[in-house]
Amino acid sequence: MKRMGTIFGAKMNKVLDRAENPNETLDYSYQKQLELLQNVKRGLAELVTSKRRTQLEADRLQAESQKREQQARQALAAGNEDLAREALQRKQLIDGQLTGLSSQIADLEQQQQKLTDAEQRLQAKIEAFRSQKEVIKAQYTAASAQVKISEAATGISEEFADVGMAVQRAQDKTQQMQARAGALDELVDSGALTDYTSNQDDIDRRLQQVTDKSSVDLQLEQMKQQMGLPSPQEQPQLTEGEKTPQQ
Amino acid sequence: MIVRIQGEGQYEVDEAGKGRLEEIDGRLFSAMEAGDAGSFQAALQEAVGYVEDAGRPLPAERLTASDLILPARDTSLEEAKRLFSDEGYLKPVEA
Repeated sequence: MKRMGTIFGAKMNKVLDRAENPNETLDYSYQKQLELLQNVKRGLAELVTSKRRTQLEADRLQAESQKREQQARQALAAGNEDLAREALQRKQLIDGQLTGLSSQIADLEQQQQKLTDAEQRLQAKIEAFRSQKEVIKAQYTAASAQVKISEAATGISEEFADVGMAVQRAQDKTQQMQARAGALDELVDSGALTDYTSNQDDIDRRLQQVTDKSSVDLQLEQMKQQMGLPSPQEQPQLTEGEKTPQQ
Repeated sequence: MIVRIQGEGQYEVDEAGKGRLEEIDGRLFSAMEAGDAGSFQAALQEAVGYVEDAGRPLPAERLTASDLILPARDTSLEEAKRLFSDEGYLKPVEA
């Protein structure tokens, strides 16, 4: 832990060495703080954007999962269990990806909240630094000013280090998520998950064939009845109206 | 003493808690050096938990350096190693 404190301390002292006139240092430091605060705000905004994008991706996966389930029902209704199973297998794959993505989003949301709190603490400290710097400038005597400047600069630099690291960690997490989303795209490309952005996929087409076929069969049956031809499933001696075939 | 938990801000902990924190800190450091992730996590949770329970959050407008800085609660062993190396996360500081 001591090591960490040393690193912080060294970085802060660099600031104080930068200008000979303490008053100049104070103003320079304050300007620098405002710039850095903008960086932190930008980092936070990027994080929010990435999180939204990941959320959209999860929403699309969710819709895809529901679609697969619907397909399975349709296939079952049409009597094609194999097709139903296939649809459910794809749903399972998607659900697996979805679970991972959802927990990462929740984690990121938490990070975002912490970062927002940290940004507010930083803002309060910058404001405190601003008023302290005016007091120090007014009462400037070399020896006492140095001590006060050092205290204020150290306190605020540590806060910047902390927020900077929090932003970095959140960005790392976002990158991991994007890598995960990229891996999902590859899965889609490889055919392990079919592309849910196209309107029709192979299950859709085959489901269509199944329903087309049963619809054609039904029409054929009706035609035969109208023409008084025997249906292939029925025994010729069956009277009209009896639907149960007797084998 | 003033203790910072990274990402959470600063806490004021009574001097009486100093010995306890230094003891946990020691275990945290040896676990990191030994690459023992289990002990590292246990010590980290203990340290952060202690500061949160026994400490009082410092007002945001107080400008003061910390006597002790603890990594965030969810820091992994690998992350901690990077943090302690000279090329860690602490670059952006220039204020």
